[in-house]
Amino acid sequence: MLEIKGLTASIGDKPILNGVDLTVPPGEVHAIMGPNGAGKSTLGYVLSGREDYTVTGGTVTFNGIDLLDMEPEQRAAAGLFLAFQAPVELPGVNNANFLRTALNAIRRAHGESELDAVQFLKLARAESKRLHMPDDMLKRNVNVGFSGGEKKRNEVLQMAILRPKLAILDETDSGLDIDALKIVADGVNALRGPEFSALVITHHQRLLDYLVPHRVHVLANGRILRSGGPELAKELEKSGYAGMIAEAA
Amino acid sequence: MNTGATGFLQRYEGLAGRLPGDSALRSAAAAAFKTSGLPGGTQQRRIEAWKYTSLRPVAEADFQPDSAPRHEAETVLAELLLLDAPRVVFADGTLRTDLSVMPPAGFACFADQPDFGTLSWPDREPMVALNTMLARDGAALHVPAGFDAGVVQLVSIATGDGDFHPRHSIRLAKGATLTIVEISAGKGRYLLNTVAEIHVAEGAYLTHIRLQDEAATAFHVSTTYADVATGGTYDSFTLNLGARLSRTEVRVQLSGSGAMVHLNAAQILAGSQHADFTTVVGHAAPGCSSRQTVKNVLAGRSRGVFQGKIEVARIAQKTDGYQMNQALLLSPYAEIDCKPELEIFADDVKCSHGATVGELDAEQMFYLRSRGIPDTEARSILVRAFLAEALDAVADETIRNRLETAVEQWWERQKA
Repeated sequence: MLEIKGLTASIGDKPILNGVDLTVPPGEVHAIMGPNGAGKSTLGYVLSGREDYTVTGGTVTFNGIDLLDMEPEQRAAAGLFLAFQAPVELPGVNNANFLRTALNAIRRAHGESELDAVQFLKLARAESKRLHMPDDMLKRNVNVGFSGGEKKRNEVLQMAILRPKLAILDETDSGLDIDALKIVADGVNALRGPEFSALVITHHQRLLDYLVPHRVHVLANGRILRSGGPELAKELEKSGYAGMIAEAA
Repeated sequence: MNTGATGFLQRYEGLAGRLPGDSALRSAAAAAFKTSGLPGGTQQRRIEAWKYTSLRPVAEADFQPDSAPRHEAETVLAELLLLDAPRVVFADGTLRTDLSVMPPAGFACFADQPDFGTLSWPDREPMVALNTMLARDGAALHVPAGFDAGVVQLVSIATGDGDFHPRHSIRLAKGATLTIVEISAGKGRYLLNTVAEIHVAEGAYLTHIRLQDEAATAFHVSTTYADVATGGTYDSFTLNLGARLSRTEVRVQLSGSGAMVHLNAAQILAGSQHADFTTVVGHAAPGCSSRQTVKNVLAGRSRGVFQGKIEVARIAQKTDGYQMNQALLLSPYAEIDCKPELEIFADDVKCSHGATVGELDAEQMFYLRSRGIPDTEARSILVRAFLAEALDAVADETIRNRLETAVEQWWERQKA
């Protein structure tokens, strides 16, 4: 599904990723953990094509195609989805229209017919009900006046509707109470299947109690320091990152 | 010296004695216009009120007001977004009752009952002088005390290459209510130079919507003088979409305590369009408030101007004045000029002004694109969102929908 080899990236003159190697096979959920400033969010942004970052080396292939060569919208059409750590507010843009435009753009890219407003609303209402989101969230402007939890749930709703092949969740758990956390985890778990993979970026082990990963990777100083099974997250919760980073150095 | 005045003055001489109304006022206006010429008509003369806008292209144009119309007025009218409400239609400056749906009462036309009003300054304002000199027709609307006259559309269409100088007068008596929707459009290389005088009496409420959607080859100048008495409201919104060059000037005097004025506007320009929105708000009584939000979307080599002056008299304590100019520049060649002026003689007032200028937000663009929305579509979504917010100032949903449609059509024209 996703294969990252020797990926290096910088913002301005400052190197952030210093050679990331990571493979996420189809159907697997992988977690990326690490201290602040390790480069976790940068990895998510670089994979989704944000222009502020310069890729200085390495390769990323997504289902066999060169991801780094594509525009952000092409990556989305290919099945990549980034759930933002800080979802962006779009004043004056209706949430339902936004979602329908996105879904139809992706459908168009696949040569599929577009959904009209009625067809789309039926789908969107069903998905938001499943995520225990109030209907009026679709009527409001995108993320404007949403609480932190509502913004994160709106990201999960977008993911549910766009049905990506690979979802990158950038600290989607931060700032959520336990109920909201379960909703987010359920949202991802519902998509699980042989054709769906996820890269879950998180600070805390808590989310991984509900969203059990196949593999856990520790990212520090722009590299993967260690990889292991779900038990690695529990170990980190107890001993912290400092010891592991010192050990690797 | 050619100040662009000669052709207009010759026409005035030729019409002497045949124009309706106060001929002494007309001849004084002609003398003033002869001295001033068109603003920017010569390089030597600079008028501060016309700092960013020159009417040199008007001076260089050769208007032919008496030539046969090149388009049917009916055709032009049919393309407009009209409301299901009374409409007073002027074609090439002349009232056309056959195209109008007259309001049931309170209407007279300038040609029959010429009234130049009391607020205008032909001696200080060249375009007002020009209008005073050549005005032939216009609308006079009067709403009696306590009466709600609903919506009246004031439509100006041009069908050829002439210059037209309508003279309007709108009077609301005590406690009266009226919504004016002023629409101007046309085909050709014409000049529309309107002067309107507005009186809002005690406790009266006037909503004034302007939709300027002139031909891309046309010039549009509009000067409005308004007086708002105690507890009265003048709530205006201007949408400038068309014309090669437009100037909308509004001068409001808040003359009774607690009077309120809203002078909101949106200017959406492309190509080499130029639109100037200039306001002067005089707070002449205590406890009045003024609100101005002007939003500009500027593409191509277009240029937007907002000049806003707030004058607070010594007596006007507890004044609340607010002014904001926002511009979204869609091209590196677009330009916005913003000149706020505050002149405050009272010591207990709240006056603020601000300006923002920006390109589309990079984070918002990335967010949209990361959801699969292509670059051009994402830009279109963000521009329309900015515009939708600009139209939020229009409270009436039906009217706002019409304006949204006009903006949508403008946007489609740009893409074509």
